[in-house]
Amino acid sequence: MLKSVLILAAEEEPLNPVLPHPVEIILGAVAFLLLLFVISKFVTPRFEKLYEERTAKIEGGIEKAEAAQVEAEAALQQYKAQLAEARAESARIRDDARAEAEQIKEELRAQAQEESARIVAQGQAQLEAQRAQIVAELRAELGRNAVELASRIVGESLEDETRRRGTVDRFLTELDSVSAPAKS
Amino acid sequence: MGRLVLAEGDVFAPPGVKDFFLPPIFGEVTKPMVLVVLSVIIISAFFVLSSRNLKIIPGKWQFAVESVYDFGRNNIAREQIGSKEFKPFVPFILSLFTFVLVNNIYGIIPVLQFPTMAKIGFPLTLAVMVYFVYHWVGFKKFGFVGYLKNQTVPPGAPGPIYLLLTPIEFLQKFVLNPITLAIRVFAAMFAGHLILLVFTLGGEYLLLHAAGPLKPVSIVSWAFAIAMTFLEAFIQVLQAYIFALLSANYIGMALAEDH
Repeated sequence: MLKSVLILAAEEEPLNPVLPHPVEIILGAVAFLLLLFVISKFVTPRFEKLYEERTAKIEGGIEKAEAAQVEAEAALQQYKAQLAEARAESARIRDDARAEAEQIKEELRAQAQEESARIVAQGQAQLEAQRAQIVAELRAELGRNAVELASRIVGESLEDETRRRGTVDRFLTELDSVSAPAKS
Repeated sequence: MGRLVLAEGDVFAPPGVKDFFLPPIFGEVTKPMVLVVLSVIIISAFFVLSSRNLKIIPGKWQFAVESVYDFGRNNIAREQIGSKEFKPFVPFILSLFTFVLVNNIYGIIPVLQFPTMAKIGFPLTLAVMVYFVYHWVGFKKFGFVGYLKNQTVPPGAPGPIYLLLTPIEFLQKFVLNPITLAIRVFAAMFAGHLILLVFTLGGEYLLLHAAGPLKPVSIVSWAFAIAMTFLEAFIQVLQAYIFALLSANYIGMALAEDH
């Protein structure tokens, strides 16, 4: 029964699913080429452009980050260099100050020594002058006293010791009294 | 057939080739023709409207569209043709993939319910285009003799093997590739549609015309029809992928320096 139905159908129109229909081939080709045109004309360029932009943006971001890193590195190096420089500078200043202080101390000491030497010398000179004056005065006084003493000795007898001592004492007190005003 | 003879009323007529030759809707226009035109409109609208305002940081919808595009571009075209030369073929491969995909999926869409690729004319047309494209780019790149030698004399085999290898390679690359490419998707869609018809119409027949106790069996038949629909969905996507993948593979082989 079934067989006869199929045979009938086959006799009416040969139905072969493996044989393509010409209209379908033409329509399929036109439809597909139309789709291909639309996709290659509008879709693909848009997506590819988007991907390029995205890639560029990501690469740009990475490049920017790398540049920032390099910059930071450079800044760090600079700061380190500056710090080292500052340290060296401070050390140098400290050394200089120390040396200067040393020098000032030395100078002051030398000055003080000079001053003291000058004062001592002045004192000595003054003393020398006074001594010379005194010696000159004494020399004159001594001569006169000697003459006077001699005249007294000659004039008075030097019998007993008491008298002699008294004379000498008198002379000496006289000498003192004479020399005292000269000294003052 | 014995079981069917037991049935009351008219005899069950199993679906067959005649179900693939639908009567024209009007004039010479048949359902597959309408569906093919519709698929071009659907795919074009999908991509053109979605790509009007593409953002560098995609939204949800753009991400979905991009993943379809990327699937054709990266997973199929770039993988098979190589990252150096795949760019010009992206529209072609993407068109093949989406065109076959939509026309296959028709098979399980209610109301439409006809895989256009079950009509040999459509896959054959596509396969012939693929055939011309890959041979054309091959001849363009290596010259006539260079391309023939590159395709039919793969290096590295010991001398006498070429007596066997060269004719096989020639037959495969210049005769069989487009035929197998077309028949693969055609047969899968044809058989799939037929299976769905058998289970659906069988269930209907059991319910309407079978003897009383056999009527509930129609539920089983329809359950199978639903299960087969899911299987078909998978096969339809898979066949579209395979079609695009093999097309890209043929182009890649034609452009390859060696194999």
